[in-house]
Amino acid sequence: MTRVWTDRKIEDIVGNLLISGVLLSAFVVAVGGAIYLIRHGLAPAGYHVFRGEPSDLRSLPGIFHSALGLSGRGIIQLGLVLLIATPVARVAFAIWGFAEEHDRLYLTFTGIVLIILLYSLLGSGSAF
Amino acid sequence: MNILEFTILVAMGSFVAGLLGSLTGLGGGVVLVPLLTIFFKVDIRYAIGASLVSVIATSSGAAAAYVKEGFSNIRIGMFLEIATTLGALCGAFLATVVSTRFLAVIFGLVLLYSAYLSRKPRTAEQRNLPPDALATRLRMNGSFPSEEGMRHYNVQRVPAGFSLMFGAGALSGLLGIGSGAVKVLAMDQAMKIPFKVSTTTSNFMIGVTAAASAGIYLNRGYIDPGLSMPVMLGVLAGSLLGVRILVKAETRVLRLVFSLVIVVLGAQMIYEGITGRI
Repeated sequence: MTRVWTDRKIEDIVGNLLISGVLLSAFVVAVGGAIYLIRHGLAPAGYHVFRGEPSDLRSLPGIFHSALGLSGRGIIQLGLVLLIATPVARVAFAIWGFAEEHDRLYLTFTGIVLIILLYSLLGSGSAF
Repeated sequence: MNILEFTILVAMGSFVAGLLGSLTGLGGGVVLVPLLTIFFKVDIRYAIGASLVSVIATSSGAAAAYVKEGFSNIRIGMFLEIATTLGALCGAFLATVVSTRFLAVIFGLVLLYSAYLSRKPRTAEQRNLPPDALATRLRMNGSFPSEEGMRHYNVQRVPAGFSLMFGAGALSGLLGIGSGAVKVLAMDQAMKIPFKVSTTTSNFMIGVTAAASAGIYLNRGYIDPGLSMPVMLGVLAGSLLGVRILVKAETRVLRLVFSLVIVVLGAQMIYEGITGRI
């Protein structure tokens, strides 16, 4: 019975974690969006040609730096990073839960998923 | 068109996509990319990046509601996420090397297929299947609250489900969609997991899968803040409203109309991809 109870407790906390992450990131994106629109709203829009983002909006250090400088685009990007981090935090939390249950098999599975996610977020930029 | 007008129009379009996606259960991401590329003439790579971000927002928002109801199976989800996240990495890397025309054609084909899946009658659920050795070793069998009380289920064919999940992840990373339809297909059809458990567990997995490819898209400069902002906020607001009115709405006609829209958009994507206009 203990296992079932812990599973349910984990699910409750995970549910709250997900909704808080999404709401927080939506708030940050909206604040950044307001700054961006006030400053650049009347400039012409152009997404027809792909240029790729400048380096300060691609990497985590660049995004933090740009957001701290109160750039609208930088703050939006920070909100999007928070959004991407929400499922990552969910997986990290599941690791803790499976460790509590001494479930080594699922601890391994969850660890593999977390490594893949961290590689994508932190490591994939330098590879190319 | 200036940035303010563009932002308002994209936010409105995304709101409708999110609303229809959650009302019909087909997901908003699937119409977002055609909407942005065909009507707003956005480069497909920016469109896929923005769509991916909105997929994380809607699935996490919905999963938060589902997970508390006790339908989703966290072990099945975690195990299959190994396959979907690996697939997502492959899909995202592939997206950075193939041509935009190829992306448009594949996207169109996926649209046509998901419209077909949504019209196909669901096969009856098989109950009381014998336990499968591998699924039992992986402790995947579970139970969920149904009308007749707690119902137990035994998971079948784990390798088949795992392979399908890799494909679902690759499509998600390549096209920036949740590919919930393929995930449900893997769990519901291949692994014989009850439909309610399949859909909620799939929703739970979509956010993690999308996060795996979103990191790569971000590092490659495919996620544009000016475009992602109205898309993410619009889709999120639309899908949250959709969940609220879902209980009262008659969705049969809506599903039919939405599948027709998907067919038209799919054909248009294939045409524009082949003629090189995307």
